[in-house]
Amino acid sequence: MTSRKTVLVLGGSSDIGRAAARAFAKAGYDVGLAGRDVAALEPDAADLRARSNVEVGLHKFDVLDTASFDSFVSGLPALPDVVISIVGLLGVQQNAESDLAHATTIMRSNYEGPSLILGLFAEKFLGRGTGTIVGVSSVAGDRGRASNYVYGSAKAGFSAFLSGLRARASRGGVHVVTVKPGFVRTKMTEGMKLIGPLTVEAPVVGDAILRAVESKTDVVYVSGKWRLVMLIIKTLPEAVFKKLKF
Amino acid sequence: MTLVSGWGRFPVVDSDVLRPRSFEAVGEAVARVTGSVARGNGRAYGDAAIGAVRTIGMTGFDRVRSFDPATGRLRLEAGVLLSDLIDTFGPRGFLPFVVPGTRFVSVGGAIAADVHGKNHHCEGGFGRYVDSILLRTGQSETIEASREQNSDAFFATVGGMGLTGVILEATMRLRPVETGWIRERVISASDLDAAMRALEASDSATYSVAWIDCAARGRDLGRSLIYLGEHAGRDELAEGAAAFPAGKDPGLAVPVDLPSMTLNRYSIRAFNELYYRMGARRAGGNHVVSLYPYFFPLDSLSGWNRIYGRRGFLQHQCVIPEAGARAVLGEILDRVARRGDASFLAVLKKLGQGDGILSFPLPGYTLALDFPVKGDILNFLDEIDRLVVAAGGRLYLAKDARQSRATFEAGYPALSRFKAIRKSLDPAGAIRSKLSQRLFDEV
Repeated sequence: MTSRKTVLVLGGSSDIGRAAARAFAKAGYDVGLAGRDVAALEPDAADLRARSNVEVGLHKFDVLDTASFDSFVSGLPALPDVVISIVGLLGVQQNAESDLAHATTIMRSNYEGPSLILGLFAEKFLGRGTGTIVGVSSVAGDRGRASNYVYGSAKAGFSAFLSGLRARASRGGVHVVTVKPGFVRTKMTEGMKLIGPLTVEAPVVGDAILRAVESKTDVVYVSGKWRLVMLIIKTLPEAVFKKLKF
Repeated sequence: MTLVSGWGRFPVVDSDVLRPRSFEAVGEAVARVTGSVARGNGRAYGDAAIGAVRTIGMTGFDRVRSFDPATGRLRLEAGVLLSDLIDTFGPRGFLPFVVPGTRFVSVGGAIAADVHGKNHHCEGGFGRYVDSILLRTGQSETIEASREQNSDAFFATVGGMGLTGVILEATMRLRPVETGWIRERVISASDLDAAMRALEASDSATYSVAWIDCAARGRDLGRSLIYLGEHAGRDELAEGAAAFPAGKDPGLAVPVDLPSMTLNRYSIRAFNELYYRMGARRAGGNHVVSLYPYFFPLDSLSGWNRIYGRRGFLQHQCVIPEAGARAVLGEILDRVARRGDASFLAVLKKLGQGDGILSFPLPGYTLALDFPVKGDILNFLDEIDRLVVAAGGRLYLAKDARQSRATFEAGYPALSRFKAIRKSLDPAGAIRSKLSQRLFDEV
């Protein structure tokens, strides 16, 4: 029996993380799920095993604990073929405007932690000469908006990090995918007003990530409509943009 | 509060919608107010999955707990959709024993409505393949119910429209299949007698259903196409065909509510004429078709409920005991054809005995018709109901949005037994839906 490919999902208990894990398991990958609360990942591991008859491993990972990253990576039983970071925190923009601790947590959860951990994997993958890195960023990073620029700016930083990493790593046989999901109906967006035609369900994102990895796509807007929407938003002159309420 | 409606988009009512993330949170949601009911994927047509006060969305609970590939036994959370089961286990050689006309329903919803498929006449309903249920009752107990343990709760929950509590998990059996293809045979029937004879003669077919042209009148009344189906074996597939067909996401969507003008007696007649003729040309031989178009013809058009316009539509699905079926079905179809606005195709099929206390099926014929909400439709359907009741028939609760208490009580004589079990599980009446308030809760 040939050895199967493996995927490691950072942020495995999120809705998109679960969906991505399912998509890869269905495609025959063995799966590692990493999250803060390993016990809470058990039902998801059982789900993957029941659905796909693949090996599932669980790993403790806290994106804010950057000091632990080195030992996290070296402690893995094997270096995965694909690593996906779905970690992120929307936070509350209004609170972040006056609460520096909250703003810091948003920035660190969406930029510092994901960038550092994927950067570490990139080094290992480049050493091996193969591997795929997937960062789930956000359309919110395409332009800072009044309503969520703390989160958006961190995602912008993450997108820029991934773009630079891709340029460098591609020469060493390592592929980097940036995923910009747009509105997804998940825990994170619960209670938010989402625009129906621009909103997708988590499994759609999971499948899109698998497709992007297998077809070596660089940047994925999960719903094609978002590419157009963000093109328009990005090209609006600042004088106009600052007057828009969104 | 949020405006909520069923798939028929009638009625639209206010309800507090919660999407709990843990079973504990489900329990708290039920305990905190009087008047909750669980909701799966919202494919019940009327008001069955809308809480009197609070609606508990369950689709977040979509984990499979365990699967035994030797027996096809599966333990899973109630929010798993049948489409997910088919996509996940179909390629591994297992399908649900029973599927309704859409695959976008949750397991919990399929149990609560004890949904039937094209095989009810020989294989029974969804509940027959459910071995046990984990139920959160109205008094905040979590109980396991099966045919042996808490059997009253089990048989009240199968077909109980969510009114015994919130279904959290279920153990069910899947059907081993060699392929995901169906060997289909189409029979064209020139009128209602021929259609009923053809269904009768096909009693041993695993799947059978008739699509009736409900615009046809006079001697064409009840003309239809009967679709029979059997699971195809590997050796019946074309060389090189995959054992399991690719399931496509709904491609075509209805993006906006169509103006009610679109559906009129002329467009409906033209559509039905075309459908009948195209189908009749295929009549006779066997064709091997993918399970998706065979079982779920409407799923390829996502949002098809918008065809009926903003005011929504009503589905009228009755079952008539076999003895009196011919006369009553003829009378209903005649009235519908003369009225001219029943839409597209009607569905006629045979049912067997139901399993749950409130399960819809009884041995006889079921007829399903769609009507846009407009004009005097409510009065018209009340008249149809009188024919159904007089023939000893009943209406399907998963489709209903408007039947009267009298119609319901006449059709479901086991209601008092159901109520007694419900009372024992939920003495304070915490679980209530808009449907239960409309049809049988004490006010």
